[in-house]
Amino acid sequence: MTGITHATALWYASRATGVVTLLLLTAVVLLGILVNRQGRLPGLPGFAVTGLHRNISLLAVAFLVIHVVTAVADPYVTIGLAAAVLPFASAYKAFWLGLGAISLDLIAALILTSLARARMSRPAWRAIHWLAYAAWPLAVVHSLGSSADTRSGPVLGVLTGCVLATTAALAWRLSRAAREVPRAGRAAAILSRMSARKAGL
Amino acid sequence: MARRLRVNPVACAGHGACAELLPELIALDEWGYPIVADRPVPRGLEREARRAVAACPALALALSRVA
Amino acid sequence: MTGRRTLAHPPLAMGGAPPAGPGGLPRLMPAAGAVPVDLRGHLAAHGPLPAVRSRDRLLAEVAAAGLTGRGGAAFPVARKLDAAARARPAPIVVGNGAEGEPASSKDRSLLWISPHLVLDGLQLAAAVAGSGSAVLYVTRGDRLHARLAGAIAERAAAGIDAVRVGLVAAPDRFLAGEESALASRLAGRPALPSHRPARGLPRLAPGRTALVQNVETLAHLALIARYGAAWFRTVGTAAEPGSMLVTLHRAGGRPAVAEVPAGAGIADLLGLDARPGVPAGSPVPSVAGPVQAVLVGGYHGAWLTATTAAGLPLATTALRPLGAAAGAGVLAALPADRCGLAETARVARYLALESAGQCGPCFNGLPRIAAAAEHLAGPRPGPRARADLERWAGLLTGRGACHHPDGSVRFIRSALRVFAAEAGLHEQGRCRSTDPRPFLPVPAGRPATEEDWS
Repeated sequence: MTGITHATALWYASRATGVVTLLLLTAVVLLGILVNRQGRLPGLPGFAVTGLHRNISLLAVAFLVIHVVTAVADPYVTIGLAAAVLPFASAYKAFWLGLGAISLDLIAALILTSLARARMSRPAWRAIHWLAYAAWPLAVVHSLGSSADTRSGPVLGVLTGCVLATTAALAWRLSRAAREVPRAGRAAAILSRMSARKAGL
Repeated sequence: MARRLRVNPVACAGHGACAELLPELIALDEWGYPIVADRPVPRGLEREARRAVAACPALALALSRVA
Repeated sequence: MTGRRTLAHPPLAMGGAPPAGPGGLPRLMPAAGAVPVDLRGHLAAHGPLPAVRSRDRLLAEVAAAGLTGRGGAAFPVARKLDAAARARPAPIVVGNGAEGEPASSKDRSLLWISPHLVLDGLQLAAAVAGSGSAVLYVTRGDRLHARLAGAIAERAAAGIDAVRVGLVAAPDRFLAGEESALASRLAGRPALPSHRPARGLPRLAPGRTALVQNVETLAHLALIARYGAAWFRTVGTAAEPGSMLVTLHRAGGRPAVAEVPAGAGIADLLGLDARPGVPAGSPVPSVAGPVQAVLVGGYHGAWLTATTAAGLPLATTALRPLGAAAGAGVLAALPADRCGLAETARVARYLALESAGQCGPCFNGLPRIAAAAEHLAGPRPGPRARADLERWAGLLTGRGACHHPDGSVRFIRSALRVFAAEAGLHEQGRCRSTDPRPFLPVPAGRPATEEDWS
């Protein structure tokens, strides 16, 4: 086994930070679902769910930047800096990295609009925030295609866990939303509940 | 310059983060919606008030200037 | 403002008076002649609408007339027109004929009988505000819409309207005429009230505002422009000048729309026998039978005992100390043989179902209050219902985006005051009423869907 050279270090760093980024992004999506449904984390106050969602997203961005920079700096493969944001502009594995670039662009839009939220219209912010459900799967597919690591061993286990957790959380969110009374019927629903209750007295 | 907290009742979904962070000025009614005290924010609580405004997931809390 | 045709309009010189009956009334509806009034009849009675050469002069005349809004809020019209004249860009002008209040039919009647007065007023408001477009906002309903479309087309063919008028259908909801809900509807969204942090004209979109006036207000404006402030003030009181349309509900008949002097006595309007000697709180005799209570101002208004109401004018200055206001001119004389609590409960249920469902306190509180009111309208309600109702009422005031929770709470609290004796009887399992028929008009409870608000 050869020693770890400068180049190999960058390659390892990029792959490692890639996995961490994906883990953090998964946590962000799960927390986002929890915020939306006003769920709580055991032992933590309510505002902590929102706080964690926001802070972990910033941490994810930090790891994402390191992931991209180390991959670009690595001399073993040719990935121009432009390829980080321009889809399919990389010489190496154009398609898989391109998906990553799209995911990064979407994540940038999410972060920037959330920082500027007070200056935007509510519906516009919400529409862009929904892109998170495009950014996350793109990141997963990008991971699977860009490196052989992710298709075997412990890393595959981590990825599978992320996918299962997100799918379960999304299914839970959708089922709750489907059973929720729409705005126009809210007062009527409460009224029939109250009338039925009082009738039993 | 006095500042007042105001809730946008249409945007508010009753998350309750504001009441957790600023119990001196915000309480929750029996349905989880905020009741904001009808007095200006005291100088000492201004930072907490800003934190509460930032913490609202629905961006329903605002700190406004009152002449 | 393309396609604008100017005709030789006489300059704004106010004077003279319209043909009218004794006492100078009616003004808004024709004293004689065919109804509804078509364009020819309108021009024959009132002549062409004067051109607004001097915006300031018209504003001064409106201010001198003391015209206040006839949609319920009674905001001084000159001030609103002035704000509109200053707004940049010029606001869109809207005649609000949505009339979501089920107990009020004055706006529908006015639009049916005298649409050209309303449309004249709309042109005047547009001239003052410098608007390029105007809208008439009326609850969707084929016959009235067809009639108004015809009136607008008639005027367009005659070339008398400087500003094009569009007809927009309002959803058939209590809150459809609320200013921010109206603005939403004009902007192409459902007619839902919105949070308004700033004062001033309602906003359709960033940078676009609307000047909204009730259709009756516009009709008065059209007459003031022709005949002047002094003429306007020949009827009514110094504090509340001019005439107003009211909707009167009395036993044994259909609701009647009448034009009366502002500040007229409630006893006169409802035919109550205002003779002294009736103990406070007892039923007052009237042409339609004994009356126990009067609802003033509609479903966001307040109940008064008949003895109290019989001594008061329909003027906000006199009514405010008692927690009431003239509002949009609804007066209902509840017969002594009905149950005031049952009537209140029916209206409370309607008000709850008309919540937009946007603000937590409103869509949680109003249904609970309505259920408690239904409980109080039944036998042996128990002490919890009353205590719960009071607590919820306190939680609602000022915590919605619009005044629906506040107005509804005002209505229900007034019922608890006025019908306290009835409540005492219900506690013992008794009820004074002998007639179970509903009195106040309440649309049948239909569950609302998203489309209903569009």
